[in-house]
Amino acid sequence: MKQDTLYQYILGIADNSLILGQRLGELCGHGPTLETDIAITNISLDLIGQTRSYYQYAAGLSDEGITEDDIAFLRKEREYRNVLLVEQPNTHFGYVMVRQFFFDVFHLLFLKELQQSADETLVAIANKAVKEVGYHQRFSSDWIKRLGDGTEESHQKVQEAVNDLWRYTDELFYMTEADKAMFNNDIGVDLSHLKDTYYETITTVLSDATLAVPDNTYFQKGGKDGIHTEHMGYLLSDLQYMQRTYPNMNW
Amino acid sequence: MTEVAPHIEPHLLDILETVSDPEIPVLTVLDLGVIREAVEVDGVVRIKLTPTYSGCPAMDVMSDDLKTAFEKAGKKAIVKLVLAPAWSSDWISEAGKKKMEAYGIAAPLDATADKEALLGEAKVVACTNCGSKNTRLVSQFGSTACKALFQCNDCQEPFDYFKCLT
Repeated sequence: MKQDTLYQYILGIADNSLILGQRLGELCGHGPTLETDIAITNISLDLIGQTRSYYQYAAGLSDEGITEDDIAFLRKEREYRNVLLVEQPNTHFGYVMVRQFFFDVFHLLFLKELQQSADETLVAIANKAVKEVGYHQRFSSDWIKRLGDGTEESHQKVQEAVNDLWRYTDELFYMTEADKAMFNNDIGVDLSHLKDTYYETITTVLSDATLAVPDNTYFQKGGKDGIHTEHMGYLLSDLQYMQRTYPNMNW
Repeated sequence: MTEVAPHIEPHLLDILETVSDPEIPVLTVLDLGVIREAVEVDGVVRIKLTPTYSGCPAMDVMSDDLKTAFEKAGKKAIVKLVLAPAWSSDWISEAGKKKMEAYGIAAPLDATADKEALLGEAKVVACTNCGSKNTRLVSQFGSTACKALFQCNDCQEPFDYFKCLT
């Protein structure tokens, strides 16, 4: 493939949205209240919509005649480039909101940088997505504050989620070979550059929410290189069920 | 940046006017500002459609409806989805906003008022039933991606507010 690095770079961005969109979609009809259920699925829809734009672009770069659906449904686990954070399961609502908040803060910073890319299509997608993700971050930040500064039980649960998911935050700034190459071409984003602002924002919101910022410095990574946690296989078996059971089926 | 005028050939307006948003049927695609270009070249109508939200499921339906509407008029239409420039709620026409209000959906405010409304700091969204501004935000996300859910504190009417996206 001529533009293999760009293709890989796009998947690295899009897979985060696909996998988080799938996780949130699993909650359709299972949200704690009607309003949160609708909000979560709205966010899922935004993310899947963004994924489609990225995958359509990636499919066009490939000379193998593949479609956006092939990219979404027919890859093997090791070919997905999403960070470990977004594949973590929907343990409870507090956990879902912490996962969302940790990703939203990164996602918004990332898209604002991507708006400066030298690649026109990526800029167009980022311009669209950045408006949507602003709403996502508002929603998840609000819930972090409400739950953290809520009851004793909600505070404890959300603090545990923060402590548990913290280890996956550093991977957001890890740069793969494709990331580095695209940054050098003025197409990609310098992720390390986002790190300070990211942790500042997280710290401010957690403090407002009366939550403690974890001080552990053990971080886990691997997803961006295709090495996922045990949860990923189960997620994919749901996601890919139709195409695996009825190959090449269409709408 | 959001003031880019769409390029629509006048003789196509009548047909475009018949195609509505499947989720807000009182609004036509022209009211919504999602048609960015409509030109007829050698008997084929080429339309550029832009999504309100990335995942908006109404886009596929609108695209099909557009093709059907032109087919009925004996014209072939090709619809292309374009992402740039990104759609803005400022593109909704004044007539569209009035129709929306009459339908029971509060039209988008300007960006500053919108932020105040959605952060729950100001009472600025007027109830579509009684007109009172004594309303509260129930959820930032409503029945579709483009709307937030409000309730009136005076008449208790729950209603949608079309979010500002600029």
